[in-house]
Amino acid sequence: MIDKRVNTTAEAVAGVRDGSTVLVAGFGAVGVADHLLDALHEQGARELTIVANNSGNGDYGLARLINAGRVRKVICSYPRSGDYSAFLNAYRAKSLELELVPQGTISERMRCHAAGLGGFFSPVSAGTKLAEGKETREIDGRLHVFEKPLKGDVALIKANKADRWGNLTYIKSARNFNPVMAMAADLTVVEVDAMVELGELDPEAVVTPSIFVDRVVVVGADA
Amino acid sequence: MIPKSWQPLTREQMAWRAAQDLKEGDYVNLGIGIPTLAASYVPPGREVIFHSENGILGMGPKPEPGKEDPNMVDAGKNKTTLVPGGCFVHHADAFLMIRGGHLDVSLLGAFEVSESGDLANWTTEDPAFPPGVGGAMDLAVGARAIRVIMEHTSKRGEPRILKACTYPLTAAACVKRIYSNLAVIDVTPQGLLVIEMIAGMTLEKLQASTEPRLQLAPDWQVLAPPEASEARAA
Repeated sequence: MIDKRVNTTAEAVAGVRDGSTVLVAGFGAVGVADHLLDALHEQGARELTIVANNSGNGDYGLARLINAGRVRKVICSYPRSGDYSAFLNAYRAKSLELELVPQGTISERMRCHAAGLGGFFSPVSAGTKLAEGKETREIDGRLHVFEKPLKGDVALIKANKADRWGNLTYIKSARNFNPVMAMAADLTVVEVDAMVELGELDPEAVVTPSIFVDRVVVVGADA
Repeated sequence: MIPKSWQPLTREQMAWRAAQDLKEGDYVNLGIGIPTLAASYVPPGREVIFHSENGILGMGPKPEPGKEDPNMVDAGKNKTTLVPGGCFVHHADAFLMIRGGHLDVSLLGAFEVSESGDLANWTTEDPAFPPGVGGAMDLAVGARAIRVIMEHTSKRGEPRILKACTYPLTAAACVKRIYSNLAVIDVTPQGLLVIEMIAGMTLEKLQASTEPRLQLAPDWQVLAPPEASEARAA
């Protein structure tokens, strides 16, 4: 019987190695797998490359990992969001590297890896500082920039409901980066509010199909 | 200071003016800041569908106090709502809509715009802070019409509509219309065309606050917004 459920967040993030690229879904504080980030803090992996839209807030989740000196590089579109003092201090101390990528380019680079493609040409950032050093091509008279696929070793996903196969549904705008990141990593780990019986999720409403999911853990009130 | 014979538009009035150009059935993304205010000034009875980069199509107004939903935020991470008919998509699809030319209008803020429609709105290169680009570059290339709402001059009174931008570009030659607190200006292959000016403004005075040469449209109109309190849809 397939059962991707694990009992603890520690089991969920077991085996993450030093130097891993970790896809951290969410937009601001919404749709972020904070329990898994805390478990990753406990787990101890170092020299992490984080792919996220923002750079963490306060001293929890991603910010806590940064404050603990565990992050070597952040690939994101907008680090300046909310109380991002953890990132700012590390950035000013030059203890981590920032790769700034337009928001739609980050998500498409991950989708591209998930789709088994070798990259894509995009008009976004053409002729700007963010395109410096990148291959360009004029396509139908318009300048495009070559963008490489982006792959995670691990993805930390926040979903609403899962079944034991790992089919996932989301809530409202907490969906954001979760479905695309869930597709783009070797190991996809999910925290959910609730598990339901196989067959209970409306097949028309499943957003992330089980093929992309490796481990599921229930967090919060129903854990 | 010499008293001015004219009154610049408020932020709300600039947003009101931009909202008047949104058409029935338009799919529209509103940038962070003044553009966000435009949602409140769409004329009553006109159905405009708002898109938010974090995966909302059919974004509604701010929630009433006490009805905020932690899973409903807009691009600025402020709490928002969904209108009937609205739906959710994931990030890659939200940006497919932006980049792929599916939006009718992208309404953006700007630090500077050049006479050829170059846009600078993502970084002032302040060395004390990390840069952030977010969705700015995506929004500046994809929509069918890219329009900007901006104060006509800097706080020091220097022009922000320039021959060439001094800040790093977000995208080249993308802006088609500028709504400032003094005028509405179209970016055309023949240069900047003033189609509306506030009451009491003259082309000469407007030119003094604008670096590139302005032309006045033969059929130009007076830009006369209602008082902000009257403009907001009931």
